[in-house]
Parts: sequence; C-alpha cells; structure tokens
Amino acid sequence: MHKQAKRNRAKKGVLLALSFLVATCNIGLVHAQSAEEKGLAIAKERKQRDIGWSDSEADTSMILRSPSSGETERKMRVKSLEVKTDGDKGLTIFDQPLDVKGTAFLNFSHAIEPDDQWMYLPKLKRVKRIQSKNKSGPFMGSEFAFEDMSSFEIEKFSFKYLRDEPCNNLQCFVVEQVPTDENSGYSKTIVWLDKDEYRPFKVEFYDRKGSLLKVLTMHDYQLFLDKYWRPMRLSMVNKQNGKSTDLITHSLQFNTGLTDNDFDKDSLMRAR
Amino acid sequence: MKVGKTKMDWRYIALCCWLASLTSNALADTQYNGTAAFEQRYFLQDPLYPQQPRDSASVFFAPELYTSFNDGQDSVLFRGFYRFDQRDSERSHGDVRELIWSHVGENWEIKAGIGKVFWGQTESLHLVDIINQTDSIEAIDGEDKLGQPMVALSFFKDWGNFTLFALPYFRERTFTGEDGRLRGPIPVSGEDALFESKDKNSNRDWAARWQKSIGDWELGLSYFDGTSRDPDFVTTVNEQGEVKVSPYYAQIRQVGLDVLTIIDAWIIKFEAIQRTSLAQDYWAMVGGFEYTSVGILDTVYDIGWLMEYQYDDRQELATSVAQNDLMVGARWVLNDVDGSEMLVGVVQDLDYSAVRSAFIEASSRINDHWKWRLDAWFFSSDETQEPSYLLRRDDYVQFSLEYYF
Repeated sequence: MHKQAKRNRAKKGVLLALSFLVATCNIGLVHAQSAEEKGLAIAKERKQRDIGWSDSEADTSMILRSPSSGETERKMRVKSLEVKTDGDKGLTIFDQPLDVKGTAFLNFSHAIEPDDQWMYLPKLKRVKRIQSKNKSGPFMGSEFAFEDMSSFEIEKFSFKYLRDEPCNNLQCFVVEQVPTDENSGYSKTIVWLDKDEYRPFKVEFYDRKGSLLKVLTMHDYQLFLDKYWRPMRLSMVNKQNGKSTDLITHSLQFNTGLTDNDFDKDSLMRAR
Repeated sequence: MKVGKTKMDWRYIALCCWLASLTSNALADTQYNGTAAFEQRYFLQDPLYPQQPRDSASVFFAPELYTSFNDGQDSVLFRGFYRFDQRDSERSHGDVRELIWSHVGENWEIKAGIGKVFWGQTESLHLVDIINQTDSIEAIDGEDKLGQPMVALSFFKDWGNFTLFALPYFRERTFTGEDGRLRGPIPVSGEDALFESKDKNSNRDWAARWQKSIGDWELGLSYFDGTSRDPDFVTTVNEQGEVKVSPYYAQIRQVGLDVLTIIDAWIIKFEAIQRTSLAQDYWAMVGGFEYTSVGILDTVYDIGWLMEYQYDDRQELATSVAQNDLMVGARWVLNDVDGSEMLVGVVQDLDYSAVRSAFIEASSRINDHWKWRLDAWFFSSDETQEPSYLLRRDDYVQFSLEYYF
C-alpha cells in the first residue's frame, strides 16, 4: 500500500514533469508558429480585402532621379485585369520617351510559375515572347524591378509577423516576406501595413547578401468603389546608389469594361 | 508606293482616297508622331567599282498619323517614309509604309489598306516572314519593309489566332543604284523586272497564318501562295553588248513553321520553310537559343548570348547567304535611364572558313527627343561563288542622329 502510494506519487511527479514539459514545448511551438501564422493571416487578409476590383485603367508617370543626371520622366498607361484563380493580367503601353512610344508590355502573372510576358515592338510590328525569370532586372531603367511591378500573391512569399509599430500616424503590422522564387533579387522584404485597412505604407527590400537595398513608401491613398485603397504615389529610394524613382498615378478608373480579349497577344498590336 | 518608279494601279488610288476621306472625317482621337534622322556612312575600303563613293550622307523623315473612332472599334493608321541620299539616286526614295483601316469586333478583326506584318521568332534570319517585300536599299539586315496592299481577316479563338490575307498587289524589291555601295558589279535594273505570272504585279497572292501560345510555347504555322518576295536574277546582253541584270519573280507556294519555347533561362527559337516553285523545291531552317545573364558582376547590366544555325537545302545554288552558317552574338543591355544597348555578332560560313560577316549595333538616348545610333558591318569573303563575295570591300560604319516627335 505504502509502496503503491509511493509509486503513484512518483508517477504523478513524472506526469507533472512531462505535462510541464509538454506545456512549455507547446507554448514554444504556439509562439514560433504564431509569428509565421500571424504573418500569413495578415497577408491573407490583405489579399482578401483586395478581391473583386475586376479591372482598371491608369495614367501614370515615372520620375527617375539620379544624383549625376538629374530628372527624367516616363509616361505610360496601365490596364489591369483581375484573375481570381491566378495572378492578374497587365498591359503597359509606353508614351514617353518618344523612341519607345507605342511599345507595349503584356504580363500574365502567376502565383508560383514564372509570369508569361510579351513585348510588342511597333516599328517591326513584332510581338516577342520574353524571358520572365529575369525578374530582378530594372523596369525601364528605373529603381523598380520587374518583380516590384507584379501583382501581390500569397504563394510568392513565406511570411513572418515581426511586431506592431506606429507608422504614418497609424498603428501598423510589421511583416517579413521571404520570396519563394530563387530568381528573386531579394533575400527578404519587410512590409509595414496599417491595422485598420491592411494598406502597405512602407517596404524595405534587402539584396541577396542581406543588405538594405531599397525603401519603397506609399503616399496619397485614395479609396475606389468604396472598398479598394490605392496609393497615388509610390516612391522607391535606392539606398546603395542614391537614385530614386517616383511612380505617380494621374488618374485611375475601375470597371472600364476590359475583358480577356484586351489582354491577348494580338491586342498588343492595337494598343495605343 | 515607290515614288516615280512603280506604275500606280487605279484600285490602289481609290483605296488611298477612301482611307484619306475616312481619316479626315474622324476627329475623335488623333495622334501625330514620327521620326526624322540624319545618317552618315563611311566605307572603310576603296570601292570595287567606279562611281562608288567612300562615304555618303542621307536624311529620312517618317511621319505617323493615327486616329480612332466609333468608340475605338475603328482606326486608321498612316506611316509614311521618305529618304534623301546624297550619292545614290535609287536610295532617295519614298514609301507608304502603312495606310490601313482596321475594325475590331469581339474576337475578330478586319484590316484593309497598305499594311505591315511580321511573322517568326528567330533573330539572325527571318525565313517565315513573307508578307512584306524587303526595302533592301535601306539596310543590309533586311528588316526594313515596303508597305503591302492587303485585306486581312483575323479570328481570335481558344484554338489560336487565325488570319487570312488577300494580297492584290505585289511590291518589287529596291536595289542599290550605280552610285551606291553594297551591290554587285552591275547594278540590278529593278525597273526591268520579269515575272512568272502573266498578271505581273497584279497577281492575286494570298496567305494564311495560325498562331497560338500554349504555356511556355509559341507556335506558328503559315502558308503563302503567290509571287516570291525573293527574286532570282537574270543576266541579259542587248545588241549593243550592254549587260543587264534583271530581277525575276517566280510563283511559289511556301509552308512555314515557327516555334519558340522557354526552358529555364533559355529561349529556344526555330523557323523552317518548305518552298515549291516551277524551278525547284527546297527547304531551309534557322534555329538556336538566347540565354540572358542578368545583373552581371554586381551591376544592373544584362548580357544576352545568342547562337543560331542557318541551313538552306539548295547548298551551292543558294542565292541566300545562309546556306550553312552559324551566327554567334552578344547583346549588352545597360538598363540605364538612356536605354543604352549594344549588339555584336559574327555570322560564320561553315563551308568556307574565310567567309564571314560581323556587325555592331549600338544606341542610346540623348534626351526625350534625340537618340544616337551606331551601326557597323564587316564582310570577309574569298569565295567567288558566294554572294557575300560581292560585298568584300564594303565594310562600313554608320552614325545616325534620330529625332522623335
């Protein structure tokens, strides 16, 4: 009896120790998971809030600034079509510089697979399929890389919630995003999103070696269709070479009636 | 049309008038743009034939007018071209590159007028591309084309894009005159062209093309029935003993295939044709790859490597220089604000080790309106049977200053 009680007590002790161990482990696991899970949950909420915008047409300028050669302006029009089951479709028509006027760029972005891209060269009347793996290259000599212009898809990153932090007089989530594609020019990006509307206000881009490369800030958010927030100015500053690019949206219209037919290869030739 | 050289067909004039009236009626959305340029060519060696110069200057003007109406469903595009050449009166020429009306439906389109069409995927040679005649007096690379009268009906379907072309009027190739370089010992008399078809320029040519993107593949199939854009040459001697070289345009049927696929960082390109005429049947192909390394040596520069093999079944008979040749090239893109880039390449004849040509193309913006361009060609040939032998002393460097508006 006494022996039994002793054994029972010992058992209890082991159980207690075990359960304590399990509990601490659990806490550890829950804690470790929650940073990733919370990061993913924030990203999903961000994506969720942006569903249903359908299509849009924008008039934009890029202002390229360099310490050595001053300021240069690019003008382009961007047509976008939401694709619910995959990445979005985009058609960019260049108006300036004048030597590339009429050149058009068609992009079918994909969540996991490389994007499908075509370039239309008006002088030759030639539609050229182009290699989209080279996503880290500069877009039109600007500080924006091709991958910075692509649509935001959950599958493109693994996420990790870092902390809460005030930004732009708002409370923000700070989330780390690691690109899943090895061809990305970045080792990671850190995104500041406001807690109310899940709008990105700032993104830090780290190069493959892990050093801070560029900082993107979003300005002049406007609300469209009572639901979708869009920044009218994006400012990308390269911290390594001192150059910067502003991407300014002069006008933006939704539900303009664009369909798949407007994003066909042959529609590139009609793009004006 | 080539000003002052080609006899104008009345249907052609009627078409132009109709299109012009459409344009003037439309006020909706009109854009006026264009290019003007000054070009200076300098030849590195003394010419082979008398009358040929060591250098030549020329200017060209290429305006463009575009208007759309009917809610963007209809549009008219005009692209004109005129070049004045200091030395070669043949090279001083004008052309209506495009004057075309187009109407777009839900998933179809019709075009009528003078148009330009490009088919194909490869870089060093455009075998499949056959609709437009080459304006060969413009540049040695053959990428400048003359406007082609056409009616084209296109369908954009799930199974691909399909276009039918009716080509009612044939454009003759342009040739260097007596006072120009880059020609044979006797200038080709373009005005004395000979045709297999009894209708000459007015033979009713037609063509069809199917094209589709399937995942990482681009596939194209085409068919052409009509007047060959590539002339053969006929030498005649008249009673005064004068030798004349005339272009001869045969009737041909051509099947073309063009393929592009992306495998990892490689772009694979391929074109092949099978051509049938009274005189001969033959096939030809060109195929190769493009591989791009981005951000080389920690910069934003890209380098693209190109290699293409060219084969022509006619072997010794080939009037084309691409009978068994290999092109190797590199494209250096600086990714800067000025869009600077340079392409260098060598085309080596695999039958004759001493036969090759090399080229350099470089360009960069000066500002929003101005751009400079440098083109150079170098020819090496000691094979008298090869067409390139005629150009062995015609190495040149050309500097252009272009104005865009």
